[in-house]
Amino acid sequence: MILKGVRHVVNLLATSPANGLLPTSRSGVSLNELALGQLTSVAPFEGQIVAVEALLGMVLPKAGRTVGKLGAELVWFSQGQYLAIGFDVDDAVKGKAAITDQSDAWCALEIKGDKSEAVLARLVPVDLRAATFKRGHALRSQLGHMPLHITRTGKDVFRLLSFRSMTGTMVYEISRAMDLLDARG
Amino acid sequence: MRLKCPVCGERDRREFYYVGDAVALARPDPDAGEAAWDDYVHNRDNPAGVTRDLWQHEAGCAAWIVVTRNTVSHEILETALAADVKRAMS
Repeated sequence: MILKGVRHVVNLLATSPANGLLPTSRSGVSLNELALGQLTSVAPFEGQIVAVEALLGMVLPKAGRTVGKLGAELVWFSQGQYLAIGFDVDDAVKGKAAITDQSDAWCALEIKGDKSEAVLARLVPVDLRAATFKRGHALRSQLGHMPLHITRTGKDVFRLLSFRSMTGTMVYEISRAMDLLDARG
Repeated sequence: MRLKCPVCGERDRREFYYVGDAVALARPDPDAGEAAWDDYVHNRDNPAGVTRDLWQHEAGCAAWIVVTRNTVSHEILETALAADVKRAMS
């Protein structure tokens, strides 16, 4: 354990994953970093879904969906796995589900604007147009060659999650797609 | 080529990792004998036609999927969760 405080180590400053890299924008699209707060993965043990829902006070989302609202959100994350965003998961859930703190593991970006779909279309091999991917829909796919979790949070707004260690590449890839789209006018 | 993940729906082939013949679901008994184990470990058919493979939805939900496809026409005939297939076998 590292003892913190001036007598033990220097004061450590927490920096966000995309610190110094964002925001950036082009005509019709902007890219910002999101501070999501507490992130916890929740994977209910076999036969414990109802018990977990009771403890969370929320119904778990179906595959590819999200439930809740800003600050208390549950998103589908993988097979049998959910991500709790913005709130503490009660310790009581531990006995009914595998829970893991993910707060520092992900970089969360928000791409916004009427050209955001067109930018993502260059990077993500899934149809993200509003007709099939509506507000509150979420899925896992790829951004270029990187793992990606994406949620449509608004009409022209998407939340993108990828591994924190890949933040630089993530920002570079999206910025480059924004440049190339911008160059076409 | 596009594969239909039973969890996520139809996705591009690049999201999937190819594992090999779905024979891996039928692991022989430890005492099954050399012939059975030789078959299981080494011997594979290489059909021009319908084949059954294991794939993993690596960049998606991480599900293991049994894909029945035609190697000549590239048609995907059926996909199912490996967990369901295995359960049905036992």
